[in-house]
Amino acid sequence: MSTDTKQNPIAQNTITIDGQEIPFLAGQTIMDAALAAGVYIPHLCHRQGLTPHGSCKLCVVDTGSGSASACTMPAVAGQRISNNTPALNEVRKTITQMLFIEGNHICPSCEKCGDCTLQAMAYHLGMLDGHFPQFFQRREVDASHPTIMLDRDRCILCELCVRASREVDGKNVFAIAGRGINAHLVVNSVSGKLVDSDLETSDMAAHICPVGAILIKEHGYEVPIGQRTFDLHQVSEIGLEKTIPTKVRQPDE
Amino acid sequence: MSISSADSNFSNMTDLLRSIISRVYAESPHLLHVLYVLQRQFLHISDEAIREVAAHLDLPTSQVDAVVEFYSFFHKIPRGRYDILFSNCTSCGYLARGVDLMAMLGQQLGIVADNTRGDGLVSMGQTSCIGMCDHGAALLVNGMPIVSLNAAMIARIAALVEAETPLEDWPAGWFQVDDNIRVSGLLLKDDLSAGTGLRAMLTHGAADTLSEIIQSNLRGRGGAGFSTGMKWQLCREAQGAAHYVVCNADEGEPGTFKDRVLLHSYADSLFEGMTVCAFAVGAKQGYLYLRGEYRYLLPHLQSVLARRRELGLLGVDILGQPGFSFDIDIVVGAGAYICGEESALIESLEGKRGIPRVRPPFPVTHGYRGQPTVVNNVETFIAAAHIVLRGSAWFRAVGTEKSAGSKILSISGDFAAPGIYEYPFDVTIWQVLDDCGAKDAQAVQVGGPSGTLINSAEFDRRLGFDDLSTGGSLMIFSQARDLLAVIVNFAHFFAHESCGFCTPCRVGTVLLKNGLDKIAGGHGTRHDLDEMQRLATLVKCRSHCGLGQTAANPILDGLQRFPQAFEQRLVHRDFEPHFDLDAALEEARQISHRDDAAAHIE
Ligand SMILES: Cc1cc2nc3c(=O)[nH]c(=O)nc-3n(C[C@H](O)[C@H](O)[C@H](O)COP(=O)(O)O)c2cc1C
Ligand code: SF4
Ligand code: FES
Repeated sequence: MSTDTKQNPIAQNTITIDGQEIPFLAGQTIMDAALAAGVYIPHLCHRQGLTPHGSCKLCVVDTGSGSASACTMPAVAGQRISNNTPALNEVRKTITQMLFIEGNHICPSCEKCGDCTLQAMAYHLGMLDGHFPQFFQRREVDASHPTIMLDRDRCILCELCVRASREVDGKNVFAIAGRGINAHLVVNSVSGKLVDSDLETSDMAAHICPVGAILIKEHGYEVPIGQRTFDLHQVSEIGLEKTIPTKVRQPDE
Repeated sequence: MSISSADSNFSNMTDLLRSIISRVYAESPHLLHVLYVLQRQFLHISDEAIREVAAHLDLPTSQVDAVVEFYSFFHKIPRGRYDILFSNCTSCGYLARGVDLMAMLGQQLGIVADNTRGDGLVSMGQTSCIGMCDHGAALLVNGMPIVSLNAAMIARIAALVEAETPLEDWPAGWFQVDDNIRVSGLLLKDDLSAGTGLRAMLTHGAADTLSEIIQSNLRGRGGAGFSTGMKWQLCREAQGAAHYVVCNADEGEPGTFKDRVLLHSYADSLFEGMTVCAFAVGAKQGYLYLRGEYRYLLPHLQSVLARRRELGLLGVDILGQPGFSFDIDIVVGAGAYICGEESALIESLEGKRGIPRVRPPFPVTHGYRGQPTVVNNVETFIAAAHIVLRGSAWFRAVGTEKSAGSKILSISGDFAAPGIYEYPFDVTIWQVLDDCGAKDAQAVQVGGPSGTLINSAEFDRRLGFDDLSTGGSLMIFSQARDLLAVIVNFAHFFAHESCGFCTPCRVGTVLLKNGLDKIAGGHGTRHDLDEMQRLATLVKCRSHCGLGQTAANPILDGLQRFPQAFEQRLVHRDFEPHFDLDAALEEARQISHRDDAAAHIE
């Protein structure tokens, strides 16, 4: 592989990630280009088809000129990106630990266990504990909706539901309120309760939560532990997530 | 599901809310202004008020709710009729006199910090630096600053509150905020008389005006130091339905108060500079985003704007130039340091939470309402006004090649003459300390908590974009200062002000704060220092915006330059838990009203 971009015409529309040359189209982000080429960059708040958000920072990569969020940074010809390095994965592990300790994540008693991207990310990055002292924040549970449950204990503020509701469902059910460590998910309804919102079970927003904060009621433990998504797949398998949000998963899947 | 407005319990309140909301919004169509009036009138913003605002402004309820919860000066739980907020800055905070003035007032009023008294008369709490650092300890009462606090004043304040004396009848001198200009240079010598800069500009034309700004090498005075001419040019060239000029008067960096003085005594030069920019980039509308802490300056600023309109310096066909129309609206913030970050500021202007945007795109192409927007600091616009009048060579004659012109410094801390000092760039810290009469400085915080903490070995360093860059704050700490306490204070500041958008800063600033509290409390070990270093580096390198990227600076600088400040507090064990059994009992002690020895665990 040529290191001199001037002598290499292909470099006009390629970037390299960990030395691998990857093509991109104008307007694509580093993440878009990587996923299209089958290269995994860890991510939690990113989902293809939704406006990139850039908040979780799992996708941090190093470009020649410093740190960048792959999901929001436009690909630029000749960019040389480090992604799957021990140092970056250590950073990502620490960020994952931060997400664990700021919320209240009790994996063994969570219905999402085994289907949870945060949990899978922790395994992927070799995280063995929360490392930091727990924050034990008080967070509200909203069980008002007949078919959908909202447990803010597990919310990681990725805003996937916020964006799915606005951009795909054509509604505006969710938002983030508060500042700093007090940031929390709110529901756009007169009472602030889910039951008074127009959220429906068929909405993408009802299924997109990567953790167990938004769950469909009356579908608990239909798939046994051991046969769940991340029992059978790696979080780094690309395209996997696309199958999760679009429908209620059937027990035999 | 909908709340019936015919509900007799609510009908009066609903009508009242509706009439207030529609009146305020008609006068000034900004969500923040509507919420401010509701907060003042009802001492909180109720769920019903939120719904009514949302309905009237045609916004989602969740957006209004989110905004109320984001800004420090809006509350969902009622505040007292006297709402007292002490600054907690190291220079103008309640500890600045060496005694805890907040605890003192709390004791006299029978109230604990962050609470409203049972009778609803008074609430008390703390807030980030209110920009009164040249006046010693300071507070805001119902938004009005009282400066130069001392123990005797605290006693009188308590008495005035108990007697329910209206603020108008409190001693007028308490509210007097002086400029304290100690050294004047290029810009502070005079406020441009209204219109002189604009007349000069009109004779040159827009293109020449812009090239004069470019040639002056003027760089932004708000901290980042981007070329002002380049910014204006990029904005001018950007396609859009409208172009906007925004002045960043959020001045939230602790220890900075020079914009306060500029707004107070150099407003004509400022508005002149904004109008020059409008002419150069082709904008018709400008905004001055004024931090909520400076709301007391609003009547003055409004009157200057009104006078300029009368003089034909704002409005339609300015100075008779056909087609040159521009006006300025003032939008007042509500307590959020992050709104000084330009894209968060724009979000705030648009009636949203102050969350920094993803960049690129930058405001010059996609700013206010998605249109090309120039955001500049107060001082930058003032410098631009002078350059148009006096020429780029006049400006470049001062300072250096890379750092042309002068810098207006807000200097505070442990010395006798805090105030405004204007210097040519390239001045050494020694020179500044000498002029200030600061004899026994052990450290200087250049550029505020987000800047650089230097020790005496570095006092020969120079102010400028290639060495010590500063938005204007300079805090001097004498040998007597407990530097660890200063660093702890800064860590609390950043954790309080983090917007919460990105994980490294939202969680990391809290972890850093907790870690420092542990060390300052005498429970830290060598392991905690190593952890702090690792975490601080992560927060600095991986955060989304400048707040997170600088929040760890005081810790990293401190560990590097003043390790002894940390080390002398360490316990010499390998490990000490974060969990403090005695501290964990505090809530139980409060509930049981006990504080005797048996209620504590050693
Ligand atoms: C957390 C944060 C706070 C800021 N606060 C201010 C401020 O109070 N005033 C200001 O002019 N710039 C502030 N800035 C810098 C602005 O983002 C922006 O760079 C500046 O307003 C541009 O104007 P200038 O080029 O004239 O300096 C802040 C930046 C960050 C990251
Ligand atoms: S760095 Fe801090 S202030 Fe900036 S976006 Fe992230 S959380 Fe918000
Ligand atoms: S995936 Fe890029 S910041 Fe979350």
